[in-house]
Amino acid sequence: MLRLRRLLVTLVLLAAIGLGGFYVLTDPRVVSPSPEIGALSAPDLENGRLLFAAGGCASCHATPGQDDKLRLGGGHVLASAFGKFHVPNISPHTRDGIGNWGVQDFVDAMAAGVSPQGQHYYPSFPYTSYRLMPPKALADLFAYIRTLAPVEGRAPAHELPFPFNIRRVVGGWKLLFFQGAAFEPDPSKSAEWNRGAFLVNGPGHCAECHSSRNALGAIVQATRFAGGPDPEGKGWVPSITQHPDALGKWSKEEIAELLKSGFTPDFDSVGGTMAAVVRNTAQLPDADRLAMAEYLKSLPPLEGPKTPQAGG
Amino acid sequence: MIRTALVVACIGLGLTAVVAQSDPITERRNTMKAVGAATRDGAAMAKGEAAFDTGKAKAIAKVYSDAAKKVPGLYPETSKTGGDTTASPKIWEDQAGFKEAFARFDTAANTVGAAADLDGFRAAFGNATKNCGACHEVYRIKK
Repeated sequence: MLRLRRLLVTLVLLAAIGLGGFYVLTDPRVVSPSPEIGALSAPDLENGRLLFAAGGCASCHATPGQDDKLRLGGGHVLASAFGKFHVPNISPHTRDGIGNWGVQDFVDAMAAGVSPQGQHYYPSFPYTSYRLMPPKALADLFAYIRTLAPVEGRAPAHELPFPFNIRRVVGGWKLLFFQGAAFEPDPSKSAEWNRGAFLVNGPGHCAECHSSRNALGAIVQATRFAGGPDPEGKGWVPSITQHPDALGKWSKEEIAELLKSGFTPDFDSVGGTMAAVVRNTAQLPDADRLAMAEYLKSLPPLEGPKTPQAGG
Repeated sequence: MIRTALVVACIGLGLTAVVAQSDPITERRNTMKAVGAATRDGAAMAKGEAAFDTGKAKAIAKVYSDAAKKVPGLYPETSKTGGDTTASPKIWEDQAGFKEAFARFDTAANTVGAAADLDGFRAAFGNATKNCGACHEVYRIKK
């Protein structure tokens, strides 16, 4: 009897330590501390507009069913293997959007994946990429978003099954998969390559779709950019590495042209969500599209996951 | 004897018709490839890599217009999958919208053929080719 009791106490203690450890380790302040923003100069709205286009913010956050892509009322549904995400309102509406946010709140969201209430955001919001934007760039982007129209209304709550409905679980995910800091230029590479690397990996978040993911929904870094099944369901996202079956035979100018007009070298026109991406990259200056192409031309020719043979 | 020959001939004819019709996926792909080839010619003119030519503009417009009339009919219920198709299920969920998109493309194609000078062609061609991405965004899946 005494023995059983001792065992029970031990088990309860172990469970408490485990839970406590989980609680501490998954705390947003522990797994994803906010970057120091320091003193910032006056925001550059033009840079903010450019980052907004490069980041494709409107593609997810614009209210569906209306033409104005700058009305960021949210409501778009993002299907995933983990459940349905309802994209939130990020218009400057004070009650329903981010109108009450300060720069620090925005930087926390974009670079740490943490809400003003101190909760984790799900990585369906690609802060894993946006994190590469330094606080100054994020402040510019925030200032630009604040010039847009406030839109009323909130999206419904995400529809996620247990255990994904517990935001603390994201803390564990961050421990495993979320690292890195703002983009650091590689001094051995050209300014153009560095600009491209920043745009592709940071705001452009190209790898978020153009890579396959593991069972926990994190990008498989060994085949980054080598394509994979469409995370939203049907179809296949093509590889954008320098593999001969991917972009290996494309010139830098041809890649930049796709990002401008949506046309491949064969004058096929890209479809699905890439059409929306092109609508965004079309707003960038030619120099930025060429920089993205310069960087993509430097990617190793990886063999990605195999495309299913039968039709899709 | 004659009767048997007739029956065999009829079956043969019927089969040929079925075979000719049975591959709408290949047919719509080839038609779309022709649209792509016409777009290559048009882009060369719009960019000034080739001289503007009203005859070429008319030829491009005809390829577009013919495709706009023909392609929407190449999506029978039996062609939802197979042949590595990138057709989105949306095509069958929203037939009206799908057909409307091609009607818009047809209208825009006619202005390409009517262009009298390079500036007019550039504007009309730019407008017409906007339809490519707009339609693919909704009715095509990634590949």
